Amino acid sequence: MNINNIKKQFPIFNNKVHNNDLVYLDSANSSQKPQMVVDRIYDFYTKEFSNVGRSVHYLAVAATNLYENTRTMMQKYINAKDSNEIVFTKGATEAINLVANTFGQKFLREGDEILLTELEHHSNYVPWHYLRKLKGVKINFAEINNDGEITLESIEKSITPKTKMIAVTHLSNVTGAILPIKEITSLAHSKNIPILIDGCQGAPHLKLDMQDIDCDFYAISCHKMYGPTGLGVLYAKKKWLDALPPYQGGGGMIREVKKEGISFGDLPNKYEAGTMATAQVIAFGESIKFLNQIGIENIEKHESELTKYGEEVLRKNNSVKLVGNPKNKGSVLSFTLDGIHAHDIATILDEDGVAIRAGHHCCQILHDKLGLSATARASLGVYNTKDDLDKLNESINKCKKIFDR
Amino acid sequence: MDLKELYQEIILDHGKNPRNLRKTENFNKDAKGHNPLCGDKVHIFLKIDENKNISDISFEGSGCAISMASASIMTDLMKEKKEKEVKELVEDFLQMIKESPEMKTKIISENEKTKLMSLSGVKQYPMRVKCATLAWHTLTSAMKNSQEETNTEKFD
Repeated sequence: MNINNIKKQFPIFNNKVHNNDLVYLDSANSSQKPQMVVDRIYDFYTKEFSNVGRSVHYLAVAATNLYENTRTMMQKYINAKDSNEIVFTKGATEAINLVANTFGQKFLREGDEILLTELEHHSNYVPWHYLRKLKGVKINFAEINNDGEITLESIEKSITPKTKMIAVTHLSNVTGAILPIKEITSLAHSKNIPILIDGCQGAPHLKLDMQDIDCDFYAISCHKMYGPTGLGVLYAKKKWLDALPPYQGGGGMIREVKKEGISFGDLPNKYEAGTMATAQVIAFGESIKFLNQIGIENIEKHESELTKYGEEVLRKNNSVKLVGNPKNKGSVLSFTLDGIHAHDIATILDEDGVAIRAGHHCCQILHDKLGLSATARASLGVYNTKDDLDKLNESINKCKKIFDR
Repeated sequence: MDLKELYQEIILDHGKNPRNLRKTENFNKDAKGHNPLCGDKVHIFLKIDENKNISDISFEGSGCAISMASASIMTDLMKEKKEKEVKELVEDFLQMIKESPEMKTKIISENEKTKLMSLSGVKQYPMRVKCATLAWHTLTSAMKNSQEETNTEKFD
């Protein structure tokens, strides 16, 4: 795999930032887009646009086929059993809200418990939080260990007879810890508890096989997978999508509407009310093609090598403290610098064209636990190189120089 | 732009060694401020005497160099100021940080204005403006002895 050719597919890198080459280290936040994805949006709007699933004219039929084609591609990409198990949403956030809302209203009662972890992004906590007030449920958090990992034992310890749902991240967007989701799923199922996996950081970087993992729900953010914004995917086992009530009501999700009552449409329409993000769905098909062309195994290998290199470089830099030390780690390098706040680091790095994120990364629970108000985070994508990490290190040194004057 | 405009010596000096970083004994007014987006926190303590002068001002908190420097420079400046003057200075500073090229007030010396102007570098970084203004909004709350925490996400 020639990484230079891959980088060339991303037009953003033709631009300068503060007169410097862009060193983009914020892919855990959102990835950049390859030309083929950008082109697909343009082509759809200029040559093929129509709404889907409604009219019978030529463009409508063609657009519907393209839209459904992405669903099938996604089914194959994550090895779901049935294409009806792929629901498009406006993002991973909506995917998790969909499950929390519909599962909550149908299956949860006062005193029931939901088990999350201290690693969760706000999007896998806040949707469940609503159920505290609405249903009187309790939320528990499995604790991290000193390396910033969630172990199977930590989950097992936190399960009680009242646990009715487990919702955990696949890969922490702060410590980079990859959770043993297959084992956690099997543990949950042994106790008859369904499990949702927040796959925002997992899906862009790791090989996915829904039938192998066997989880009940898996939430995906398409804009982190080299795809357009405004789009997410909820994978859910068909038995759940059949059993749960619809999430939103509107056109496209109904079968028959009478003054006396309404019957709902079949899957997948039941969960896709209103006009969906059509152009984004169709363009996301190109993102899947892009990932398939390189091969997710190659991406995993490339990013894992880079992560190790980045860890080495930053460990050699005495003033850098890495956040978390998980054995099984994704391509996230969170760090702090002695005496320099993360926001100051990010502003100074930006001047060199080095784009990182600073703050709590939507993980306040974790930052409170770590006793840190903010961390700096460099996160990798398929287009990154060792050179990028060297530039990161140089910029960090510049940062120290400025503060040491 | 040159980064030195934002991270000038005066900001780094106050940011690394903030003045008045303590808690005023027998304070009679205080307020807390929080920027939830970056975790900056500040708690301002005031001692206002019978003539409505600030006889002491101090702060506790943590945050980036910009927010710490801003609180440090601000508290230095506000000592012995009258309530009315505080209001004028806060308004003038916020105006300068948002749009105005300079400070108009005649209450403080040109030298003191220059110190405050060093914070104007944040104009180039819209996301960082709140770092510079947190202490000032919190001071306004403290003057009112507001129990409600000033939150940067609640003001423009």
